[in-house]
Amino acid sequence: MTWLSDDKLDHLLDIVGSKYAFVKELGRGGMGTVYLAEDRELDRHVAIKVLNAADVADGLRERMMREAQIIARLEHPGIVPVHDAGTLPDGRIFYAMKFVRGSRLDEYAAQGASLRDRLRKFQAVCDAVAFAHAHGVIHRDLKPQNIMIGSFGEVLVMDWGVAKIRDDPSQSAVLNTSDGTVIGTRHYMSPEQARGEVDIDERSDIYSLGAVLKFLLSDQKVSKPAKAIYSKAMSQTPADRYASASELSADIGLLLDGEPVSAYRENALEKAGRWIGKNRFLVLLVLAYLLMRIFLIFTARR
Amino acid sequence: MKFIDPDTDIGGLLHKFPVTNHSAIVAARSDDEIIRRRAFDTILNSYWKPVYKYVRLKWQASNEDAKDLTQGFFANAFEKNHFASYDAAKASFQTFLRTCLDGFVANERKAGQRLKRGGDMDHYQLDFAAAEDELAAHETASTLTPEEFFHREWVRSMFTIAVEAFRQRCIESGRLVHFQIFERYDLNDDNVSYASLANEFGLDVSTVNNYLAAARRDFRRIVLEKMRDVK
Repeated sequence: MTWLSDDKLDHLLDIVGSKYAFVKELGRGGMGTVYLAEDRELDRHVAIKVLNAADVADGLRERMMREAQIIARLEHPGIVPVHDAGTLPDGRIFYAMKFVRGSRLDEYAAQGASLRDRLRKFQAVCDAVAFAHAHGVIHRDLKPQNIMIGSFGEVLVMDWGVAKIRDDPSQSAVLNTSDGTVIGTRHYMSPEQARGEVDIDERSDIYSLGAVLKFLLSDQKVSKPAKAIYSKAMSQTPADRYASASELSADIGLLLDGEPVSAYRENALEKAGRWIGKNRFLVLLVLAYLLMRIFLIFTARR
Repeated sequence: MKFIDPDTDIGGLLHKFPVTNHSAIVAARSDDEIIRRRAFDTILNSYWKPVYKYVRLKWQASNEDAKDLTQGFFANAFEKNHFASYDAAKASFQTFLRTCLDGFVANERKAGQRLKRGGDMDHYQLDFAAAEDELAAHETASTLTPEEFFHREWVRSMFTIAVEAFRQRCIESGRLVHFQIFERYDLNDDNVSYASLANEFGLDVSTVNNYLAAARRDFRRIVLEKMRDVK
C-alpha cells in the first residue's frame, strides 16, 4: 500500500477537501471577490463570491449571506440562480452561483445591437425587476454593468449585494444604511437614494431602469415616445414615475409594437405618422394600387 | 498540518447528514451474520491502524502489547456485537469507537494481564510492522492531542484505502494511465511538471491536464464514498 506522508496527506486533503477548485478571479468589489471555480462534484464551472476577509464585522457577513438568500428566493429566468452557500475552511463566507457566459449590457450595446434588440433586452430586465419587486426585493444598484446577456441571449440581473427587502425590520441593520449612507452607483441612482433617504421604494429602481434605458438609447436615433418613456421613469418625483416595472415593461412592449405609449401624448400628425409606420406594407400596397389606377386612366385616355 | 473541518460546509467530508443505509456502521447491526461480518471487515480495515497507533501513543503500550490490544479490541467488539450499540444522535462513530477502545484498554490494564488475542482475528492480515514503521515516520504526532492524532490517522487510513481503490478501479476500467499520472503528480515526492509527464507518457500537455483533473475528481468521489461508509 502507498504510504502517505504528512505532506502528501495534506496535499490530498487540499485536493478533496473542497468542493470547488479555484480557476481564476473574475472581479473584485468592496465586499467580496468573485472567482470562477470548478464544481468538482458536478463537473461544471460556477461563479463564487467570497467575502474578502474572514475576520470582518458581523454586519458584513450577514449582508453577504443575506444577498445569497435574497437571490435564492428569487427564482426567475432573469435573475442569476444561487447554487450553494456556506463558509470556506478559512472562515470566509461564500456563495456559488451560475457562471454566466456572455457580455455585460454595456458591452452588448457597444457590440452594435439593434434598437429593437436593445428594447427587447431592456424589457426582459424590467420583467426580472418586476418579479423581484413582487417578492418585496428592491435591487438599489441597477446599471448596465450589473446586467448580463448570456450566450443564448438570456438576460440576467446580477449583483444583489445592496438589495433591500421591503418591510424587513432587520434590513436597516443588515445594510447599515439607517444613518443615510449612500449605496448604489450615482449615475444610475434615484435622487432620493442619492440623498441617502432610508425609506426608498420600488420607484427608486424604476428611476435606475429609466437611466439604463437612456444609456441603451444614447447612440441610437430615438423617437419622442422612447424619450418620453425614460424621462417618465427618471422623473425627479417618485410619484411621477411608472408605478411599477411591469408598467414600464408594458410601455416598451407598446413601443415595440408601434402602439401609442402611456408616457407620450401624440398629436394628430404623429398619430398618422405612427399609423403609417406601423402599416407600411398596407400603405405601400394602397399607393401602388392608386398609382396603377392613375396609370391605367391616363393610358386609357390616350 | 491540516484537518478536514467537521463544521465547514465546503469541506464536506464530515457533514452531519444522517448515515445512509449503505453504511457499514448500520450494517454492523444486522441480524444476518454474513452482513455483519462484511460490515465488521470494512470497519476493521478502516480503523485498525489508527487504533494500533493510538494505543501505542496514548497508552504508551509496547508494540507487542499494542498489537494484542488492537486484535483483542476488534475480536471483542465483533463477538459482543459492540458496534450495534452505536447511537448516531449521541456522537460520531469515530468518537464512539475511541471511547470503547479507551474503556477496553483500561479494563485490560486493570485486569493486569496480557492475553494473547488471536481467536477470530487470526485470519486477518494486519501488517503491524508497517504500522510501526509509519509511526516512526510521523512528524505531527507530538503536536497533537491523542484524539486529534486518532482522527488524523483515521483520515490517513481512509485516504490510503481510497488510493488503492482508485488504482483498482483504474485498472478495471482500462484507465491505468489516469492513475499513473495522478500517482506521479500527486503522490510521489519528486516534483514533476505537466510537460515532463506529457513526455513520459507520450501525451500532449493539455491531455495530461485533463487526465489529472479527471483522476482527482474520481479520487475525491472514492474518498467520500469510503468515508461515508465508516464514519
